[in-house]
Amino acid sequence: MKSAITVFWKEVRENLRDKRTVFSALIYGPLIGPVMFVVLMNTVISHEMSKAEGPLKVPVIGAEYAPNLIDALKQQGLEPQPPIADPDKAVRDRDADVVLRIPADYGKAWTRGEPAQVEVIYDASQMGSGTPTNRLEGMLKQYSGQQGALRLLARGLSPGLAAPVAVSERDQSTPQSRAGRILSFLPYFFVIAIYIGGMYLAIDLTAGERERQSLEPLFANPVARWRILVGKLGAISAFSLASLVLTVIAFVIAGGFLPTARLGMSFDLGAGFVADAILLELPLIAVFAVLETLVAAFAKSYREAQTYLGFLMIVPIIPSALMSVLPVKAAHWMYAVPLLGQQLGISDLLGGKAVAGGDIGLALVCGFAAAAVLGVITAWVYRSERLAISA
Amino acid sequence: MLEVKNLHKAFGEVKAVDGVTFAARDGEITGLLGPNGAGKTTTLRMLYTLMKPDSGQVLVDGIDAAVDPISVRRALGVLPDARGLYKRLTARENIDYFARLHGIETALMHQRREKLVDALEMRDILDRRTEGFSQGQRVKTAIARALVHDPKNVILDEPTNGLDVMATRGLRAFMRNLKAEGRCVLFSSHIMQEVAMLCDRIVVIANGRVVADETPDALRAQTGEANLEDAFVKLIGSEEGLAA
Repeated sequence: MKSAITVFWKEVRENLRDKRTVFSALIYGPLIGPVMFVVLMNTVISHEMSKAEGPLKVPVIGAEYAPNLIDALKQQGLEPQPPIADPDKAVRDRDADVVLRIPADYGKAWTRGEPAQVEVIYDASQMGSGTPTNRLEGMLKQYSGQQGALRLLARGLSPGLAAPVAVSERDQSTPQSRAGRILSFLPYFFVIAIYIGGMYLAIDLTAGERERQSLEPLFANPVARWRILVGKLGAISAFSLASLVLTVIAFVIAGGFLPTARLGMSFDLGAGFVADAILLELPLIAVFAVLETLVAAFAKSYREAQTYLGFLMIVPIIPSALMSVLPVKAAHWMYAVPLLGQQLGISDLLGGKAVAGGDIGLALVCGFAAAAVLGVITAWVYRSERLAISA
Repeated sequence: MLEVKNLHKAFGEVKAVDGVTFAARDGEITGLLGPNGAGKTTTLRMLYTLMKPDSGQVLVDGIDAAVDPISVRRALGVLPDARGLYKRLTARENIDYFARLHGIETALMHQRREKLVDALEMRDILDRRTEGFSQGQRVKTAIARALVHDPKNVILDEPTNGLDVMATRGLRAFMRNLKAEGRCVLFSSHIMQEVAMLCDRIVVIANGRVVADETPDALRAQTGEANLEDAFVKLIGSEEGLAA
């Protein structure tokens, strides 16, 4: 154990002196997520907010045919814009999000009591067209409903006749759980922080030492290779853990800068979240430390290891990507699968739900067991003669 | 005391070491002489247990390397072909790291290190990071690191490779000193004069085999050549890979 600790401290000290490793493990890895998160979310939210709450500016063609309609829409917040020549092209080219066109025979149909047609022109494939289009349609529907009710009343009938079914919505989400949904990518950033936090160290401690030919003198010492490996894995894990802790804390702080209240959401992550999230991710730190070392042990040079580990970075994306397209119902066994369990658990924590102690325990036991199995394989590769010989 | 008995090691089709037997005794300097690619480094690597021989036996102070490699490594001080210093650590930190891996207590570590620093005349570079060290400074640091546990047996793979005249002279004096302390010193070289000057015994290797194992004088007598270089050429059967 003493020799493993000696290796551990030497690796930590040596790598703290390496600017590239420190930058990627303790600055880039942990902070890229939270910074991107705050900037992106703030931009998106304020953009959407202005579209959802501000006056709705819509070019109107043929406004003169329906002055009453336009007046009613103005009261609901519409700001009619001058008509444009080619509305189809305008929405395709994003010159306008949505265009309202009132045909010349609108008035005729209206007086005859027939449904008077209006056209809402938009391009659903254009980002940002959804909110204004929905708002315009909502306004039109409201006007239509109002006028329909008035017509029924004028004929002495109850407006209720036209609405045989009354729908009342009861949304069971809470502000916290709604916030959890938009934060569903957060577990991925945690995993990336762990991965990047340990990556350069893993490369340096195996492929890098091999390239610099320092493994040969190291292995000439009277220390079993697996003990050296344990020390190195410890150093990698320490950097990964530091990176993770920084990320989690950065996200908690970043959450405070979001206008979540305006969205009817709450983003309330306290010390409890930090502790639970880190506890849940601990086995992943071990799994990645071993996996990265194993891959690096097959590489002959630093660059080669860097390439392999770049490819491997795809792996942690898989559960996050799957769960964003397939709404999976969480089952207990899923906590036994490393990555998947973390994804589920962190999602629940973000939504303000507690993760059962049994599930956390399962994730810990199975995660560390996976790390142990990988560790045995890595120790076996470490014993190979070729590992130490660089030339 | 180092003994190798009928060592074999092949890499695929290439027989790098093909039946090497010799011994290096305490209080003597033994030179492993041979052209480049003769199998010197592979033989040494089997001696310090980095490689396992395909067949044959390695004994260090009577301990079988196949049975107890850890004890063998404890009894050895090794300067491998690859010096491999940690460039982000200072010379002192490099030395202390290996001392700790040997489990040496702090007080003893300081004492040993100081002694080696004086013997190798490297005090001026002790607290500099090894990045940017000259070849000679690197070898000094690597030797101090290899000997900090005060081993009875010392293996040096081409120790004077790339050193200038002054550094080479210093290193030779250091090796004679190791011998005077009663240690068993085994070093490899492809440089004739060096081996002739230093060694009590010369083991000549060519094509993975031992072609001679004698004192310098006996070697001259055996080949009938008064000049050791001519004797050497006669032994390995070609002038390939020799340096005077």
